[in-house]
Amino acid sequence: MGSPIECTNLRKTYDGKVEAVRGLSLRIEAGECFGLLGPNGAGKTTTIEILEGLLAPTSGEVRIFGHTWNDNPRQLREWIGISLQETRLSEKLNVRETIELFASFYSEPCSTADILEELQLTEKSDAWVGKLSGGQKQRLAVATALVGNPRILFLDEPTTGLDPQSRRQLWDIIRVFQKKGGTVLLTTHYMDEAERLCDRLAIVDHGQIIAEGTPSDLIDRLGGHHVVEFQVSKNGDADNDNLDNDNLDRWRSLPSVESVRREDSSVCLSVREPHLTIPALLDAVTSHGQQLEHLSTRQASLEDVFVLLTGRHLRED
Amino acid sequence: MATTETNAPTLNADKNQQPQPIHPARHNGRWSGYRHLLWARILELKREPEVVFWVFIFPLLLAAGLGIAFRNKPADITSVVVIDGAGAQKTLAMLDHPDKSSRAHSPARSNVRATVLDRDAALKAFHFGKFDLAIESNPDGSYTYYYDPARPESVLSRAEIDAALQSAAGRKDALTTSAQSSSEPGSRYIDFLIPGLLGMNLMNSGMWGVGFALVEMRQRKLLKRFVATPMRRSDFLLALTSSRLVLMVIEVGLLLGFGVLVFHMRVQGSIVSIILLATLGAVTFGGVGLLTACRAQKIETVSGLINVVMMPMWIFSGVFFSYERFPQIVQPAIKALPLTALNDALRAIILQGETLSSQAGRVIILAVWGGLSFVTAVRLEVEENQLVSVFGEIGILFDGLKGA
Repeated sequence: MGSPIECTNLRKTYDGKVEAVRGLSLRIEAGECFGLLGPNGAGKTTTIEILEGLLAPTSGEVRIFGHTWNDNPRQLREWIGISLQETRLSEKLNVRETIELFASFYSEPCSTADILEELQLTEKSDAWVGKLSGGQKQRLAVATALVGNPRILFLDEPTTGLDPQSRRQLWDIIRVFQKKGGTVLLTTHYMDEAERLCDRLAIVDHGQIIAEGTPSDLIDRLGGHHVVEFQVSKNGDADNDNLDNDNLDRWRSLPSVESVRREDSSVCLSVREPHLTIPALLDAVTSHGQQLEHLSTRQASLEDVFVLLTGRHLRED
Repeated sequence: MATTETNAPTLNADKNQQPQPIHPARHNGRWSGYRHLLWARILELKREPEVVFWVFIFPLLLAAGLGIAFRNKPADITSVVVIDGAGAQKTLAMLDHPDKSSRAHSPARSNVRATVLDRDAALKAFHFGKFDLAIESNPDGSYTYYYDPARPESVLSRAEIDAALQSAAGRKDALTTSAQSSSEPGSRYIDFLIPGLLGMNLMNSGMWGVGFALVEMRQRKLLKRFVATPMRRSDFLLALTSSRLVLMVIEVGLLLGFGVLVFHMRVQGSIVSIILLATLGAVTFGGVGLLTACRAQKIETVSGLINVVMMPMWIFSGVFFSYERFPQIVQPAIKALPLTALNDALRAIILQGETLSSQAGRVIILAVWGGLSFVTAVRLEVEENQLVSVFGEIGILFDGLKGA
């Protein structure tokens, strides 16, 4: 049997004009949690819907466990569970009825009681869907995906708009599914989600994968795992001269610095060992008669990777 | 429901071994999806107060309101006003007097309700339509009738009163006549109205219950979510249709029961024929509803379309009044409308006790409308919604036929 999900050279053009996906290939292994990370409009939803067999690609091939969507779509649907980016389930059905309804479509579903328990919806089982909070609705959406006993779970932006506690609850649910041997494909534009949840991820921009690997692999590409961010001024005014490209070179020569970039009025250094860089940085600032306005250090994130690769932030647009 | 719980093999931690059930599984039969879809649809309808009102209560209110309004003034009671004056009491006595000279007791006489008012009040009330006729006895013993030639009941009243007064005054009929009174069942307005309301209701709930429901589910992305499961799309359509039929049986039962109990309406034809015909009507309008909904992605669009489709039929198809009132030239077009065929066939069966087979022509009109709508809806919908088309396998079948 082939990989749970495999696609080669997917392309999707809407109305012969808009190219949403431009030659995307992926292979996701069993038991993996794979993330498609990218800004809004990058083509993540189009990609995941093609993989789910809900959208026909303009060209390219999709295989789920080695089968194409034309082979036996009903059998493939037995193997996958889906949560769409936005589904408003019937508001006048209660939680248990909704799960029972979805369970009835599969030949060997889980027991409704187990699913209610697992997704912490037991207390709400008699509540109408219309009365649930955002987090509860999203858990119900995932419950309808899990009740069919899927081998693959597709989640399109599962935590968008949720409060931190609800997001964490969902992450736990996804981990439990994965621990039981399930394969997960999710899209997100939250880098913390991608970093914590995904074994591997692909950064998607303009319908193409621009980088792929484990979160730490991707961060390694920055060269340094730390970011030192600072702002300098001369006599209290922001010293914009120091933000010119020429002057950025000045900072690149500091010890342990891997790369330099400008961010608004600050300078960001990707650094291997901050304890070597920071003393040298302070000396350099003082020797130029400047003052240090802000200084912060943090762990490098996928956001930094995205900025390095595209020059833009994930949450722009 | 009929699901059995079995213990599945314990889960296998080996990630490469495919696909093992992750939880203890139960087995669902072939019809499990259909049964749950149908039940969910019925629960949703039951929990939607608007649906209960528009589908069940509103037609009854309409029937009650119109039935009472048109029953209180049956055409055979003549209401006249006698202008107060010297001869007024004598006039009343003549109208009231049993007709000794006539061979038969005139039925007209007992149906006259006469009131005496002074001249101004009497003429005013007559002009406002409170009375059909005003009678003034002149000093010379002659009578003047005030009547409105544009009002049929006024014309009738004048003839009846004249005959009554003339015969009370001693006129002998030159010709011997006898009248056989015949009150055909179903000749009252309420008898005409109830089958019409039934037809209209079948149209309304078919269009809204199928067309609107579909677009609403599409807009909520619920349809896409269903299509993403192994649900058979034919089951989904079947459940939507069956939920319509369940409602249909209740609609028909309520309206006819209401007519029989409250208005003593007599149902002449067989209940089986009525149910079969109503089923065809419900399915036909379900098909028209599908066609109306197949390209619409928003509920605002489909609401407008449904009203555009239904409006002509409310007016032309003889729901509230006979379509014979429209010019002869448009009659064939009116008769080709599905609601006209349904209403006519319902009236023939309910009021005249006709059989379903005698209504073959109208049944064919309905079936053609339903069939063509369905086929066209499949084509357009599959083209529009592709993989997430609600028709799924049916659409693929059609594509195959097209290619052949």
